[in-house]
Amino acid sequence: MEFFLISLLNGVSYGLLLFMLSAGLTLIFSMMGVLNFAHASFYMLGAYLGYSLSSLWGFVPALILAPLGVGLLGAAFEKWFLRRVHAHGHVPELLITFGLAYVVLEVVQLLWGRAAVPFSPPPWLQGPAFTLIGGGHFTDLQWVWGSAPDATCQGPAVCSPFPATRAFMMGVALAMVLSLWALITHTRVGLVIQAALTHPQAVQTLGHNVPRVFMWVFGVGTGLAALAGVIGGSTFVTEPSMAATVGTVTFVVIVIGGLGSLAGAFWASVLMGTVQTMAVAIDLSLSDLWLALGLPVLASAATSSWMTMTLAQTAPILPYLILVLMLMVRPRGLMGTREG
Amino acid sequence: MNPPPHDSAARLGGHWAWRWMLFLAALMLLAPWVFSSPFSQAVLTQMGIAIVACLSYNMLLGQGGMLSFGHAVYTGLGAYMAMHVLQAAGSAGWSVPVSLIPLVGGVCGMGFAVVLGYVTTRRSGTTFAMITLGMGELVFAMSLMFTDFFGGEAGLSGNRVQGAAVWGIDFKSQTQVYVLIAAYTWVCVGLMYAFTQTPLGRLLNAVRDNAERLSFIGYQPQKVRYLAFIIAGFFAGMSGGMSVLHFEMVTAEVVGAARSGAYLLFTFLGGSGYFVGPILGAVGMVLSSVLLSEWTAAWLLYLGVLFVAMVMYAPGGLASMGEWHWRWVKQAGASRLWGWYLGCLISAAVATLGAASAIELFYHHQLQSSMGQPLRWLGQFWAPDQPWPWVLAAVTLLTGLAGWRLFKRRWDKAWESMASPSGEAAP
Repeated sequence: MEFFLISLLNGVSYGLLLFMLSAGLTLIFSMMGVLNFAHASFYMLGAYLGYSLSSLWGFVPALILAPLGVGLLGAAFEKWFLRRVHAHGHVPELLITFGLAYVVLEVVQLLWGRAAVPFSPPPWLQGPAFTLIGGGHFTDLQWVWGSAPDATCQGPAVCSPFPATRAFMMGVALAMVLSLWALITHTRVGLVIQAALTHPQAVQTLGHNVPRVFMWVFGVGTGLAALAGVIGGSTFVTEPSMAATVGTVTFVVIVIGGLGSLAGAFWASVLMGTVQTMAVAIDLSLSDLWLALGLPVLASAATSSWMTMTLAQTAPILPYLILVLMLMVRPRGLMGTREG
Repeated sequence: MNPPPHDSAARLGGHWAWRWMLFLAALMLLAPWVFSSPFSQAVLTQMGIAIVACLSYNMLLGQGGMLSFGHAVYTGLGAYMAMHVLQAAGSAGWSVPVSLIPLVGGVCGMGFAVVLGYVTTRRSGTTFAMITLGMGELVFAMSLMFTDFFGGEAGLSGNRVQGAAVWGIDFKSQTQVYVLIAAYTWVCVGLMYAFTQTPLGRLLNAVRDNAERLSFIGYQPQKVRYLAFIIAGFFAGMSGGMSVLHFEMVTAEVVGAARSGAYLLFTFLGGSGYFVGPILGAVGMVLSSVLLSEWTAAWLLYLGVLFVAMVMYAPGGLASMGEWHWRWVKQAGASRLWGWYLGCLISAAVATLGAASAIELFYHHQLQSSMGQPLRWLGQFWAPDQPWPWVLAAVTLLTGLAGWRLFKRRWDKAWESMASPSGEAAP
């Protein structure tokens, strides 16, 4: 039970991290119609910049400065590159971000090397945030802040710690969701953004500088990705392949959630984070299921890779399977409105 | 996607197509005489394989406006199936002639396109791109999971020299493989060109340009996309089957995202709006992956930068640049611009040289400085820890950029004074 709860929490925290990426991606997409292929590259840049800055000035300044720096880079990219190809239509826009992803990957490898860098969380984020102590029974669940003393984990009691970095990840992501929601629905800037989403020409006519709004939305979106990068990079591994790992999952998330829907992106992120994390934790294979059902197993089938593969091993393909199923059942995604 | 400025099919229609096909045949026949070493024949063989793959990719991108990030699924799965049949022909005694292996790949690529394409082509535009990306990741992840079929990390290998030699052809020499693959390439190029002339090919262009209008006049864009996807899958599989005969091995990277990305990158660099574009792109793909990667560690960076620059300044690719030059040369009074043109060209080359030198120095400094070896670049040795190579690179770059600004301005002025009817972007 406590293992399940901890896995669920781990999954939700990973899902919230995914939402920090997919939120920016969705905002940029619904506003400019551009699917930023290089979004995960900004995530990676954030992680690497955060690593360098935190070794200079500490983790907290890095957490603030790295997203700012990457956000400015994103805004500059929008202003000098993306805007220029805007006239050619959406395919060149997608292609230029695709090219950027190549360039960023190479530049990161050039500056920081091809191996992983040792980006570890600060001392105050190391260790568990709290520990669940479960007895044999469902009702025996207890919890303590920080790590549990060794004495309590003896005998039948099982201790499952929840890492502080995960808790921090959840906290930052939730704070981001709330402030993003407040910004969009309760401020004047948010009003302009909302209007520019659907009627850019009308907003332009009313005297607002819509290209500049686009630029800042792009900057904020990439900045959020970088914020996720600093947290994700210190929690997981900071390496050149991190962009590709997270990037494709993020695209899957926003398609499942429905392109252009922030709420859809949120639920799809949480779903995807939970599914991937839970699947990794479950070490059962098809042949186990077969045996549990009491079915006879053919000798040849028992050793085939189909039957002996555990659910944990299938975790990498689950997002894509869900994507395919979703498109067959409901092509516009969870909360999408556009059909196209 | 914007329509390309000129429909290549219209320009090359009719008997012109036959002349081009004969020209291609002559090139293919002459090439192994000029480049006769086994290595260069292997490179030529790879070009044939890449040409079919890129042309099939452009059936989606250029002709159908479908931006696919997962085309390697069809070339790769075709290759895997062809490899299984080749192995079975060797061990299980299946009587499949080796020379028909590419067709096996083609049929299997088509089969996978029938199944997977049904899901993928339900949507168009950005969603299509994302689904193909997901599909590519799905197949790649599976290739590492199902080791029975995909052979795991090591991949699969087979032997093309098997069975009785037909007419003395046993595929022991690279030349024989080259001739077979060149023949397949020639036929595939011809068929794919013919496809652009069929009603379905025309409908595909219409789907790209305005799917809504097409559905108003009673066609189903989804169905047109699906059919085109299946045909593209067939030719992709052909390319995969051809690669099996050439390399005699298949590893998981043939279905990977990097391979799919390369198809996109080079098809675009060649020019997706033209039938010849992907052919140029495929030649570039093989040259850069075989030669450029030998010359410099920074080749992916160069490719990325080149790609971004092409998207920004020459979205029609190499083919459109070629066409632009052709029309410029034919125009009256073009000779007056030669001076400025050469100025632009030389200063661009100088700027590129400066930038490339700086990149090489930087790469060397970052990756190999611990070994203390000087950089070998342009036939000279350079020391990245000294300031003067950096200064030289910067000066070269700045000179080139200044020259470009100067000559480009003159060129623009002269171009306007010609009051040309075709006011397209300068090179």
